[in-house]
Amino acid sequence: MNLRSSVDIITEWDIVAARQLGRNEAKEVGFGTVDQARITTAISELARNIYLYAGKGNIEIKQIAEGNLKGLLVIASDKGPGIPDVRKVMEDGYTTSGGLGAGLPGVKRLMDEFKIDTVVGEGTTISATKWLR
Amino acid sequence: MTTRIPILKLRDCLIVSIQWELDDQTALAFQEDLLDKLHATAARGVVLDLTPIDFIDSFIAKVLGDVISMSGLMGAKVVITGIQPAVAITLIELGIRLENVVTALDLENGLEKLERELEG
Repeated sequence: MNLRSSVDIITEWDIVAARQLGRNEAKEVGFGTVDQARITTAISELARNIYLYAGKGNIEIKQIAEGNLKGLLVIASDKGPGIPDVRKVMEDGYTTSGGLGAGLPGVKRLMDEFKIDTVVGEGTTISATKWLR
Repeated sequence: MTTRIPILKLRDCLIVSIQWELDDQTALAFQEDLLDKLHATAARGVVLDLTPIDFIDSFIAKVLGDVISMSGLMGAKVVITGIQPAVAITLIELGIRLENVVTALDLENGLEKLERELEG
């Protein structure tokens, strides 16, 4: 099973489209209302980061399975400036936008797995997974 | 294509029920509309009901937090009502505290709380 769908993030409206897609996918996988809210919120934050820091990018949402475990993988990718100091952006309260976006630590807490690949000047890819328990 | 959120007046309070998912523009337009309405009606309190809202991200939380502070500057108290369990959980996990915000379980409790706040 490897169902995927994606939304290009170019305008503010695409943030809404990405989280609506995420919520639908989360429902389809069978997540409860709290996990649906977690996933929707995480996607909204990731999409907003793309919009604020990279200008444009893409949110891909994949239904995944590992053995009997079902889950949802969210991949946020952009060809923006990249993150110079990943450790710093993972500190609670760190912001370069004056408080827009709760930041990546919040997204990490909402999801089960979280990974950042970033190269300065080339872009950033963030993968976050939520498993259905 | 911004949708306006209706703001109702009841005695010296304003009542707002947010019925659908907020996009950025609607949230920002609401901020201005509420302050304009406070100014026009000289209302002293606002009940902001979020019952149908099933998620709040950091942007919407910031807009709500800001509009509460702005209303405070204009002398009005805001009570937020109807935050769903899933919304409360995700807001805290996200790291958003919304401190100093007066909340109540539902609209009825919210109005009572607001009346007490305005008397006290």
